[in-house]
Amino acid sequence: MKDELKNGEEPVPGDAAARAPDGVPLSSFPLHPSSFQAKRARDPLWVRVLLTALALGFLTVLVVVPVIAVFAEALADGFGAYWEYLTDDPDTRHAVLVTLTVAPIAVCANIVFGVAAAWAIARFRFRGRTLLVTLIDVPFAVSPVVAGLMFVLLFGLQGFFGPWLRANGLQVLFTVPGLILATTFVTLPFVARELIPVMEAIGPDEELAALSLGANGRQIFWRITLPNIKWGLLYGVILCNARAMGEFGAVYVVSGRIAGETCTMPLQVEVLFQDFNSPAAFALASVLTMLAVVTLLLKVWVEGRVEKKKDDPQISQTNTD
Amino acid sequence: MSITVQNVTKRFGAFVALDDVSVTCPAGELVALLGPSGSGKTTLLRVIAGLEVPDGGTVLFADDDITRHSARDRNVGFVFQHYALFRHMTVFENVAFGLRVRKWPEQRVKERVKELLHLVRLEEKAPLYPANLSGGQKQRIALVRALAPEPKLLLLDEPFGALDAKVRAELRDWLRRFHDELNVTSIFVTHDQEEAFEVADRVVVLNKGRIEQQGAPIEVFEHPANEFVMDFLGNVNKLPVRVEGGRALLGETGDVELPAKVFGASANGRTDAYIRPHELDISRTAEGGNCMLAKVVHINPAGSVVKVRLLAEDFGLMINVDIAPDRYRALALKPGESVFVTPKAAKIFEPDYAI
Repeated sequence: MKDELKNGEEPVPGDAAARAPDGVPLSSFPLHPSSFQAKRARDPLWVRVLLTALALGFLTVLVVVPVIAVFAEALADGFGAYWEYLTDDPDTRHAVLVTLTVAPIAVCANIVFGVAAAWAIARFRFRGRTLLVTLIDVPFAVSPVVAGLMFVLLFGLQGFFGPWLRANGLQVLFTVPGLILATTFVTLPFVARELIPVMEAIGPDEELAALSLGANGRQIFWRITLPNIKWGLLYGVILCNARAMGEFGAVYVVSGRIAGETCTMPLQVEVLFQDFNSPAAFALASVLTMLAVVTLLLKVWVEGRVEKKKDDPQISQTNTD
Repeated sequence: MSITVQNVTKRFGAFVALDDVSVTCPAGELVALLGPSGSGKTTLLRVIAGLEVPDGGTVLFADDDITRHSARDRNVGFVFQHYALFRHMTVFENVAFGLRVRKWPEQRVKERVKELLHLVRLEEKAPLYPANLSGGQKQRIALVRALAPEPKLLLLDEPFGALDAKVRAELRDWLRRFHDELNVTSIFVTHDQEEAFEVADRVVVLNKGRIEQQGAPIEVFEHPANEFVMDFLGNVNKLPVRVEGGRALLGETGDVELPAKVFGASANGRTDAYIRPHELDISRTAEGGNCMLAKVVHINPAGSVVKVRLLAEDFGLMINVDIAPDRYRALALKPGESVFVTPKAAKIFEPDYAI
C-alpha cells in the first residue's frame, strides 16, 4: 500500500508538513549552534601565558637576538668603519654586484616559468598534468647542495655537456651564468606555487568572456589575466627574490668561490668570515639582513593588499535594484 | 542569422555530453535549451559559441560552416551564468572591452557604451566596479557587454539562475522585450520549464545528451513526445493503469476508465498514464459514474489556481488537482472531506522498445 502511494505521488514544495510523522521537529535537536560558543571552555590563564611566553622566548633567542647581534657586531667599530668594510674591498663590492645581477635574472626566469606553468595547470586538463604539478616541487624537496652537484655533473669537464661545452669554448661552471642557472633551479617553485591556486580560484570565465568578445591571446593575458593575478604574482616574486639573494648551498657548489668573479653576497660573507675578517663579514651580513627585512615589509604590505581585495565592499549597501 | 547544429557529438572522457544532436534556430527567434542538469544543454551552448570544440558534427551560422572557427571570430555575444564581469575594470570599461579590442575610435566607444548603459538604465553605475553592483545589475551589465560589439547571435547560459525569484521574473520579461527590440537571434539555457515557456519562441528539450523534443512552447506542452518530456514539464500525475480490451482502467481493480488513446502494443497489460492537475475535476456527487472517491489531504489556495492534494484510498494513489478559485469556493472544500475526482483527459505513451 505504501509503495503504491509513492508511485502516484508528485513531490510538491511545501508538502513537508503532510509527511511530518516520520520527520523530527527542529526544536527537538538539543544543540543550537550558539550554545556551542557559549559552552566552549576557554583555556585556563596559565596555559595561555605559558604558550605565549614559550613562543616569545623562542623568537627572542633564535631570531631577535641574532639579528641584533649581526648589527651590533657590524657597527662595533662605528659607522665610518662599517662603511669602509662595505665599500673598500673590491671583492665585496663585486659580490654585491653579482647578487644584484643573479637575483633579478633568476626572478625574471621564474616569472616566465611560473606564469606559463600556472596557466597550463590551472586552465588545461592534459596528460602529464599531475606529473608537472609534482615536478614543480622537486627543487623544494632536493637539498640545494645536491642541486649544485647536479649542475656540476651536467656541465663539469667530466660532465654530460662538458666535452661539448669545452669544444665550443663555453663555460657554465664557475661563471655568473652558472650561478643564475643554479639560483633559478632552486627558486623555481615560488611563483608557480603562488599563482596556481590564485588562477584556479578566479576560474576561466573572464578569459573566455574576453575571447568571445573578440580579444586575442595577447590582449586576454595583458588586460584580463595579468591584472587579476598581479598581487599573487608580486607576492611570489618577493619570496623568490628573497630566496635568490640568500641562496648559499647550490651557488656554493657551482661558483668555485672565485673572489671578485663568482662570489655572491652570502658566499662573500663566508669568505670574509673564513679569513678571520669578522667585522667585514658582519657588515656584509647586515646588508643581507636589511634586504630580508625590506622583503618582509613588502610581503606584509602585499598581503594586506590581497586581503583588502578579498574584503571588497560586497554589494548590499548599493543594492538599489 | 539562423543557427543550425547538425549531428554534434561531444565527449568528456567517458561521459557523453552531446550525442548526435541536431537543432535549428530560425533567424530572429528566442530559443530555450531546456533540460535537467547534466543534460548537455550548456555544452551545446558552448559548442555554438566556440568555447568547446565538438568531437563530431557541424555548426552552421546561416550557411557558413563555422565548426572550426575560434570563438573570437564568431561574433557571438555570450552571457555567462555567473556574469564573468572583469572584476578589475569599471562598468564602463567592461562594456567597452569588446569595442576596444576591435579598435573602435574612442569617441564611438564612448557613445556606444553610453547608449547601452542607458538602455539598461545603469548610466550612473559607469564608474563603479562590478563588486559594487547587485546581482540583477551585474546580469544587465553582462548582457550589454555581450551586445556591445553588435553580435549576430546572443547566447545566455542560465541567465537568471543566480537571482532571487522577484528579480528573476522582472528580468525575464525584460529579456523578452529586449529581444523583440534588438531582433538578434538568441539562445538561452535553463532548467526552469516555466522560464522557457514564458520567454521562448521555441523550446528544445534535452536529456542525457540527446534531444527529446523541439518545437513551439504550445506544441511541446500540448503534445509531449514522450514520458520524459511529459514528466519534465512538471506537475503531472503519473498513475498506474491496466489495459483490458483496448480500455485503460485505473488501478489493480475497479472500472474507472481513463479517456486516453491506447496503443496497440500495450493493448493488454500494465502501463502508466499521465494526467495534468488541471485535467482532473472535483465534484461532490458521482456524476456520470466514471470517477474515483478521494479524501482531501491538503489545499494550497495561494496562486491563480487552487492546488488540491487528495488521497484515493481505493487505488492507493496521491493525486494533485488544480481547480479554479470560483470552483473551489463553490465546493467549499475542507481537508479530510471525501469527494469525487473525474479525469477529463489522460495520456499514455507508446512503450519505447528501443530501451
